[in-house]
Amino acid sequence: MTSRAAIALLIAAFAASYALAQGSDDKRRSGYQDMGEALQKMQDDDSANPGMLFVQLGRQLWDKKAGSADKACADCHAIAVMKGVAARYPAIPQGADTPIDLEGRINLCRTEQQRGAPFPPEDQELLALEAWVAYQSRGEPIAPPDDPRLAPFRAQGEALFRLRRGQLDLSCAICHDDNAGKKLAGATIPQGHPNGYPVYRLEWQTLGSLKRRLRNCLFGIRAETPAWSAPDYVALELYLMQRARGLPIEVPAVRP
Amino acid sequence: MSNVLINAPKTAKSGELIELKALIMHPMETGFRPGTNGRIIPRNIIQRFVATWNGEEIFSMAFSPAIAANPFVSFFVVARQSGTVELHWTGDEGFDVKEQVAIAVG
Ligand code: HEC
Ligand code: HEC
Repeated sequence: MTSRAAIALLIAAFAASYALAQGSDDKRRSGYQDMGEALQKMQDDDSANPGMLFVQLGRQLWDKKAGSADKACADCHAIAVMKGVAARYPAIPQGADTPIDLEGRINLCRTEQQRGAPFPPEDQELLALEAWVAYQSRGEPIAPPDDPRLAPFRAQGEALFRLRRGQLDLSCAICHDDNAGKKLAGATIPQGHPNGYPVYRLEWQTLGSLKRRLRNCLFGIRAETPAWSAPDYVALELYLMQRARGLPIEVPAVRP
Repeated sequence: MSNVLINAPKTAKSGELIELKALIMHPMETGFRPGTNGRIIPRNIIQRFVATWNGEEIFSMAFSPAIAANPFVSFFVVARQSGTVELHWTGDEGFDVKEQVAIAVG
């Protein structure tokens, strides 16, 4: 298949999945739909989307042995099994009672299975592995698990989403529910969906996690940012994933 | 570990204008930014990119610190004979990455 045909297919795939996700009264839009045409093209073209460099790096790391167990991800998982995984995280791992996000899951394998040191937040290798895993779900609709144990965490996430905070006394909902589509300085306020993460953000000039994005939003309203390890982010992500149910995973998305 | 994505046609007609696209992972550190310790982070950029077709230069460019990280280069060339296109990036801190693609011209 020529790359042009592949790109055309991909665009058709996103368009089709948006059509599927959106009944006539469904007003949800991916951040992709709020971007200019040039950025949409950059995201759609795998040879121009810089996020693909991280996907490629993740593919290399997937096969690399690490930790004192001297095992690679590939020694325990066939990559094909990762299809759909990113669409249903955060989830509660076996033997635990609190949810973790996808990067938390990867770090769990890092420490408990590979017996290596956990990756620090925004570590390039962690983001690359996460991108490689989530890339397997590209085009898959977000499908949070039915696990009833997640309900209280999701409810907590929704409460955080509606909490007014910071010196500007704003909540996520005021921007992303009530004022989505309007302008904030030069930027269009998106609906705030998590379907592209980790994303290549041009402002960052690198791939970054949903956590980093949420911290940016909090910083923007001059609110305190919870520590990287705080459970708030996973709770918020649970709510965001529920709110975005059915939207296709776009990893690696490009954002301004 | 070098990390490059190249998009080039595998085949072309003689005399056809073809586009070559290449993306490379690189921080393009400007040399003007202070790090968390307040000290300037030393410059670390790609300085030069050269493309050759069967050894003959077909395109080159000089990079500057104002170019963003993970730079993307795209250029057009007229396909004349089958062979190998070599893309070569060199820069600060001994950065030196070469990649090759074969293009059949018929
Ligand atoms: C003052 C308005 C404002 C508030 C409050 C705010 N955000 Fe945002 N948010 C934005 C803007 C603007 C962007 C897009 C920035 C850009 O494109 O450069 C954004 C981006 C996002 C994105 C990324 C969407 C995408 O398509 O990549 C998510 C997710 C998000 N916000 C979630 C949140 C959450 C959760 C909160 C509360 C903790 C929050 N935001 C608070 C304005 C806000
Ligand atoms: C020694 C074996 C082993 C290694 C090495 C390993 N894992 Fe795992 N991984 C597991 C086990 C066991 C589970 C839990 C399976 C379950 O709960 O169904 C798991 C679960 C996962 C999941 C969640 C899958 C799901 O369906 O929810 C992801 C994602 C994952 N691993 C990624 C990785 C990555 C990335 C690496 C390399 C950095 C890695 N794993 C290395 C054994 C391993």
